[in-house]
Amino acid sequence: MAAITLKDIRKSYAGNEVIHGISIDIPDGEFVVIVGPSGCGKSTLLRMVAGLEEITSGTLEIGGRVVNDLEPRQRDIAMVFQNYALYPHMSVRENMAYGLKISKLPKPEIEARVARAADMLELQPYLDRKPRALSGGQRQRVAMGRALVRDPAALLLDEPLSNLDAKLRVQMRLEIKDMHLRTGQTTLYVTHDQVEAMTLADRLIVMNKGIAEQIATPLEVYERPASEFVAGFIGSPAMNILTVECRDGGALLPGGHPLALAGLPAAGQVRLGLRPEDLHPAQPGADTIPVELRSVEHLGADAFGYGTIAGSEMPLVLRLPGSTRAQRGERIDLRPDPAQIHLFDPADGRRMTARTQK
Amino acid sequence: MRRTVFPHKLLPWLLLAPQLAITLIFFYWPAAQAFRQSMLREDAFGLKTTFVGLANFRKVLADPAYLNALQVTVLFSALVAFFAMGIALFLAVQAEKVIRGKGFYRTLMIWPYAVAPAVAGMLWLFMFNPSFGTLAWPLRQMGVNWNPLLNSTHAMILVVAAAVWKQISYNFLFFVAGLQAIPRSLIEAAAIDGASRRHAFWTIVFPLLTPTTFFLLVVNTVYALFDTFGIIHAVTGGGPGKATETLVYKVYNDGFVNLIMGDSAAQSVILMVIVILLTAFQFRYIERRVHYG
Repeated sequence: MAAITLKDIRKSYAGNEVIHGISIDIPDGEFVVIVGPSGCGKSTLLRMVAGLEEITSGTLEIGGRVVNDLEPRQRDIAMVFQNYALYPHMSVRENMAYGLKISKLPKPEIEARVARAADMLELQPYLDRKPRALSGGQRQRVAMGRALVRDPAALLLDEPLSNLDAKLRVQMRLEIKDMHLRTGQTTLYVTHDQVEAMTLADRLIVMNKGIAEQIATPLEVYERPASEFVAGFIGSPAMNILTVECRDGGALLPGGHPLALAGLPAAGQVRLGLRPEDLHPAQPGADTIPVELRSVEHLGADAFGYGTIAGSEMPLVLRLPGSTRAQRGERIDLRPDPAQIHLFDPADGRRMTARTQK
Repeated sequence: MRRTVFPHKLLPWLLLAPQLAITLIFFYWPAAQAFRQSMLREDAFGLKTTFVGLANFRKVLADPAYLNALQVTVLFSALVAFFAMGIALFLAVQAEKVIRGKGFYRTLMIWPYAVAPAVAGMLWLFMFNPSFGTLAWPLRQMGVNWNPLLNSTHAMILVVAAAVWKQISYNFLFFVAGLQAIPRSLIEAAAIDGASRRHAFWTIVFPLLTPTTFFLLVVNTVYALFDTFGIIHAVTGGGPGKATETLVYKVYNDGFVNLIMGDSAAQSVILMVIVILLTAFQFRYIERRVHYG
C-alpha cells in the first residue's frame, strides 16, 4: 500500500497536448474517482499511472518513488480493465495465480492467496472454469480477484462496471466499496457514471478536455462546484444555469422578469446556477420565478417538472414533491433558496465567490 | 449447428454438382487409376500388362532408394514447416511493432507468395550457384566451401531455404491476422501482472495463436510434401545423388522419367495413405491443444 503523487502530469500525442497538467496528492488508502465525459482524458491519465502510456512531462510517484520511466511490472500496481482482459485459455485459478507465479512466490503461498481471494469474492465453485463459462458479474469478480491477490501498492480500475447490466452494476458497486473498506488499498477508479463517482469516492477528480476542473470530496463537488462544467456534469437532473443581468438586490431573468435575490453582485452579467431541488413552489412574489410547465414526470417519491420561464424559451428543470398535482400547461411560481445559489463567471465559467455566500 | 432443409430434393445435388464433378474428375478418378496401376506391371515396350497384386508395394518398400526418399522427405518437411512458420511468426510479431509504413512493410512481405515455385527455385539456384552465384561468393570469402552441386548437405540447405522463403509470405499473412485478433488489453494485463514481453508472448500470445498455428501446420506439411516439387525440380533435380529426392519427386522420377509405371503408382498410393494418416493424426492429437477463442 502506498500514496500516489501526480505533479503536473501532461500527455501529448505528436505535439498535440491532451492532458494539460494534473496534480494531486493521494494519501495511502484513499479511494479517488476520476470522472468525466468520454474523451476527457480520464482513461489516458489512469493508463499513465499504470505505465501503459508514456508520461510526456511531470512526475509520478508511487510510494515515494518516482516511477515515470518504470515498466508497469516495476510499479507495484494492479489494474482492472473495462473488458476485464481475463486470459481466455486459463482457468479462473490460473488467471488469478498468473501474476503470483511470475513473482516466484512459493506454491503453497500462491494457493493460499488465491483461496483467500476466491473466498472473499465467492468464486470457489468456479475456480476450474474458463472465463467464457462465467457470467458478466463473475468475470468482473475474477478480474478484481486477479488484481487483489497480488496485494499491490495501488489498485487501478478502468470503468470496471460499464459492461454490466444496471442491477448487477449496483451490486458490484457495493462490493467494490466494501472491498475497499476491508483492504484499505489506495484506489484510482475511472468512470463516466456520476452515481458511481459520488457513491464510491473519498475524493473526486472531475475532468474535462484534459483538465482537472475540480478535485474535492463528492459533497463538496456537489455543493460548491468549481466551474459551470462541474455544475452541469454532477447532479441529475443537471443544474439549471441561466444568464442573468444583475441589478440592485436582484437580477433580471430571461423573459424580462425581475427577481429579488440576495448574494448577487451589484451589477453586470453572471451565470446563475440553480439546482432543480433548490427551487421551491411558493406564492407569487418579487422573489419567485414564474414557470410554465411543459411536462411533469412522476417518479413516486418526487416528480420532475420540465418548463420554461414564463414569456421566454429558457428551459428550467424542477424537482417537485411527489405529492404535487401540477399539470402540464400550468403556471407555477418557484422561490430559489438564496443559500443554495451558484454563480459563475460568464467569461471563463469559473465559480464566483459572492459576498454573502459562506 | 443449424440444419437448413431444402424443400426440393434435387436442388442440393444441383448446388453440389460442380464441386462434386471437379473432385470426381481430378481426384477420385486419378486416384482410382493410380490404385489400379499399382497392381499392374508393364513390360518395357508397353505391349503387355500383367496383374501382380501387391508385388509392386513389396518391391517399393524393400527398395533402399525408397527408404532414403522417405528419410529425405521427413527431414525436408520438418525443416520447411518449422522454419517457414518460425520465421513468419517472428516477422509478424516484429511487424506489429512497426509504427510508420506498416502497410508498406506488410505488402513487401507478401510478394514472394506471388512467385511461381520454379521461378523461386531458379532465383535461389542463381544466387547460390557455386561458380557465378551472387551470394555464393561471399560464402566462399567467409571460408565456406559452398557447393550445392556436390555437397548433399548444401543442396538440402538450398532447397529448404528456397521452399521456406516462398512459404513465409503465406504464413506471415495468417500470423499477422491472428495476432491482430488478440485483444491488446490481454497483453497489457500481462504486463501489469509482471510478465516480461517474452514471458507474455509465450504464456498469452502464443497459446491464443494456436488455432492459426495449427491450421498453418497442416497447410505447411502438405505444402512441403507436395507443392515443393517445382522448387526441387528447378534447384537440384533431386541430387546430388539422391540427397534431395523426396517421395513426390521419386514418384515423378520413377513414373515419368524411368517409366516404371507400376512402382510409381504404388508409391503414390503409399503417399496418399501417408497424407491421410498425417492429417488425421494432426486433427486427432494436436488439435486438442488448440484453444479456439
